[in-house]
Amino acid sequence: MQLMGLWIPILSIVTYVPLAGALAIVFFLPKERTGAIRTLATATVIAGFLASLPLWFLFERGHAGYQFVELAPWIPSLGVDYHFGIDGISLVLILLTTLMGIIAVVCSYTAITERQKEYYVLLLLLQTFMLGTFCSLDLFLFYVFWEVMLVPMYFLIGVWGSDRRLYAAIKFFLYTLAGSVLMLLGIIALYFYNTTGFLGYKGLGNAPTFSIEKLTVVAQGLPVDLQIWLFFAFFLGFAIKVPMFPFHTWLPDAHTEAPTAGSVILAAVLLKMGTYGFVRFSLPMFPDAITTPWVLTLMVTLAIVGIVYGAMVTLVQKDMKRLIAYSSVSHLGFVMLGVFALNMSGIQGGMLQMVNHGISTGGLFLLVGMIYERRHTRLISEYGGIARQMPVYATYFLILVLSSMGLPLLNGFIGEFAILQGAFARSFWWAFFAATGIVLGAAYLLWLYQRVFFGEITNPANANLPDLTPREQLTLVPLVLLALWIGLYPKPMFDVLRVPSEKIVEAVGGRTATEPQLARERPSAPVEASGLAEGTPRP
Amino acid sequence: MKLSASDWLLLSPELFLTAAGLFLLSISVFFGKAKEEFLAFLTILFTAVTIGIVVFISGYHGHEKPILGGMFVVDNFAIFFKVLMLVSIILTTLASVRFVGNAPYPGGEYYALLLFTGVGMLFMVSGNNLISIYVALELMALSSYILAGYFKGEIKSTEAALKYFVLGAFSSGVLLYGLSLVYGIAGRMGLPELAKLFAGVEKSNVLLVGILLILAGLLFKVAAVPFHVWVPDVYEGAPTPVTAFFSVGPKLAAYAILARIFYVAFPKFHADWGLIVAVVAAATMVVGNVAALLQANVKRMLAYSSIAHAGYALLGVIGFRTEFGLWGILVYLLAYTFMNFGAFALVVLLETKGYAAESVSDFNGLARRNMTAAVVMLVFLLSLAGIPPTAGFIGKYYLFTAAMKAGYAWLAVLAVLMSAVSLFYYFRIAAAMFFLEGDGTPLKSSYTLTTAVLICAVATVLVGIAPQPVVEALRACVIQTP
Repeated sequence: MQLMGLWIPILSIVTYVPLAGALAIVFFLPKERTGAIRTLATATVIAGFLASLPLWFLFERGHAGYQFVELAPWIPSLGVDYHFGIDGISLVLILLTTLMGIIAVVCSYTAITERQKEYYVLLLLLQTFMLGTFCSLDLFLFYVFWEVMLVPMYFLIGVWGSDRRLYAAIKFFLYTLAGSVLMLLGIIALYFYNTTGFLGYKGLGNAPTFSIEKLTVVAQGLPVDLQIWLFFAFFLGFAIKVPMFPFHTWLPDAHTEAPTAGSVILAAVLLKMGTYGFVRFSLPMFPDAITTPWVLTLMVTLAIVGIVYGAMVTLVQKDMKRLIAYSSVSHLGFVMLGVFALNMSGIQGGMLQMVNHGISTGGLFLLVGMIYERRHTRLISEYGGIARQMPVYATYFLILVLSSMGLPLLNGFIGEFAILQGAFARSFWWAFFAATGIVLGAAYLLWLYQRVFFGEITNPANANLPDLTPREQLTLVPLVLLALWIGLYPKPMFDVLRVPSEKIVEAVGGRTATEPQLARERPSAPVEASGLAEGTPRP
Repeated sequence: MKLSASDWLLLSPELFLTAAGLFLLSISVFFGKAKEEFLAFLTILFTAVTIGIVVFISGYHGHEKPILGGMFVVDNFAIFFKVLMLVSIILTTLASVRFVGNAPYPGGEYYALLLFTGVGMLFMVSGNNLISIYVALELMALSSYILAGYFKGEIKSTEAALKYFVLGAFSSGVLLYGLSLVYGIAGRMGLPELAKLFAGVEKSNVLLVGILLILAGLLFKVAAVPFHVWVPDVYEGAPTPVTAFFSVGPKLAAYAILARIFYVAFPKFHADWGLIVAVVAAATMVVGNVAALLQANVKRMLAYSSIAHAGYALLGVIGFRTEFGLWGILVYLLAYTFMNFGAFALVVLLETKGYAAESVSDFNGLARRNMTAAVVMLVFLLSLAGIPPTAGFIGKYYLFTAAMKAGYAWLAVLAVLMSAVSLFYYFRIAAAMFFLEGDGTPLKSSYTLTTAVLICAVATVLVGIAPQPVVEALRACVIQTP
């Protein structure tokens, strides 16, 4: 980025500010000074967020390539570069990450009382690794961030989690690791295909590189059989992270056992790594694989099973946190369905829904964490009638529940609508099953709300619960505002997401069904977008 | 044969180290238990001087030419191993000071034996002839048998030494038998001459049996399945600093000669031994990792883990015909030396019950007792598991690449899955350190041990974050075959 004649590596700054803060805490603050540690951690994440804000304003919407690019050789012997750069989808995810970073730190002030120094250091490290993942334009670099990210999360769950934390932590680590190591082989295979060839495939003889841009072009030219193999090598890594059915079993454990900030980060950002992987790698790189009928059918089936099965399992949960965790399976099934619709509407909707899920589910985890701090139980049956005692809390909860349900005027609706539209353009049945998921979603969320908030207070322990403190409200307000903003006026989001979606549609182009008109036009027509928000979509 | 000045120069590291060992042995009688630390200091000094000589030789023009009638060669490959092995001796000495000081046995012999083992290893990696390699191997092995049994009053140490000796002697016999068969067919011993000869002849069954016996003998030394059974007992029974040394020093030497013999002399028969090595590598990775899952004793767990790592390194042997094969082994062994030694050094630090039986639970609550130690151990564990950005990841990356390029995709898949499995047992230690409560007493480390651990940690992290200078230097260390 140019500023007053100076070139500023803004992506590196955004990425490494949390790391710098973490190092400062490690070396300069003794562990007894918990107040100072909290302050420094907060200052660091706020600085990181402020540093990331210019990205949103300086980002050129119509630009087809990557922006704010930083490129320097890292391991020239292997052709590995330190290559940062973003497009629309990474932009929104980076902003989501920096914002969630603040929320995660602030919501931990009272929740975390032990080993605070280590806690904030790990949280900041995690922040750096996540941002690095979204910024990387070099596959090797991406992989490094992708893997190392697991380490701080493992410790966040394992040290500050609840009862079954050891089990949940190692399960989380092993599952995600097992998926991603195969991706490493996929990366190596691509590398060889680009250079000297392997396994009987003749190489292209190019200079060694891990550049995502270059390898994407190379991968598109792969023979179909190899594309399918590589697609599945990458698929496992991403599908476990998303998580798609049937790779989701780590998720309820990890989410439930993690401390509040851990759950928020997991839901809001870490799960997006998987979906991000699909839109950044799987689809643009292996278009022939994904348009192979059986592969596409398999993917869509998994997505739909995820939606419906996830929602049904959610219905029967007794633990609030576990309930929301399972709802993620269903919601991310939606994202995947939209992405695999392979048309503008679906992909844009899927991308938007990634952000929406971060806002609404991240917020719900935050809310559950708040009541857990007061009552130290997450069982739904322990509550009832809370609305009388905590009206403010109930209001926030309601807004985020409605956002998660996809009520018009709120963000979830826009995403789900676009996804359904995209799915419908491909097949009536896809949309039908997905719509079932929405109905079930409304059922489990409203039922949860009803059981926790309505009625008389039956449990005496709930009789004197204090309502939200200003600090707690402060963490919720930005989420609510975002939910409203995206719900009322999604155009800016669609503007940013349009180019990356177009690139994907182009990559799989000619192989997909006809485009729905609305999705094409909506981004450029603000009136239509707000009309949409009022619940009157036009054909 | 008359030795020229440059011959003497090329031989000087070995000669100097021998003299140093003898000197230590002779002066040790004048030092009581109390002043042994001075002997350790001398050991480090002598080894460092030897490294200096080796580095000096590496800058000497024309050092790659074989001398002594082609029996001895100091190419870049040998220089890499010499430096790395000498560093491992320094690290071992640093880790041993307090340990040996507390033991009721004279320390002078210990350090002298360490240097003699070093002499054997130096000769091994320079061996360019089947006989010189074999003799050097025995020199190294004999000294290390005694080191394993150094705690002669402890029954486990004696058992370790005896086991090591019997199985070591047996494997040497197998190796020697193979060498004799090859010699019987070829009529010569020099590795380049063998390669030249084999280029023009068809394989015969006797020759293949000879090659396979050599392979078996060497796989014994690198502890590959099914020749691995001695490792857990020896590693558990030997004094922990010695175990740390065994897991790197002699392993490096064994890999060096395995690489040299098969890379230089037998590349023509790659198709014949390649598949066997692939199967052995697969079995080694599976058995090593799965068995490590079941261990409660840290030393045994790390023993099985080092077996598993021997399996990964074999991927490089399979990839000898690709650019990444030998190069990958060098990168990997460099990473392995520091991360594995570091992990064992931490076990030395936690020594609680005399000298044997360190259970995983000894690591409980280490994060509270000594945060630095816990974090450093975590770095080694991450590196061993191959998580970036550590040296272990870079090393494994090269090996996986070599296997893929060589056409063994199934083996690469197995290797990555096994390295995910390995995380499970490595992180049992991590979980114990950070999640569980220990006895809470602060743990103090000695300066020497801290130095050793920090050297390993810095190397592990540095090679992981900025691998370029290292990998580029190691590319120049790959043996040049005509």
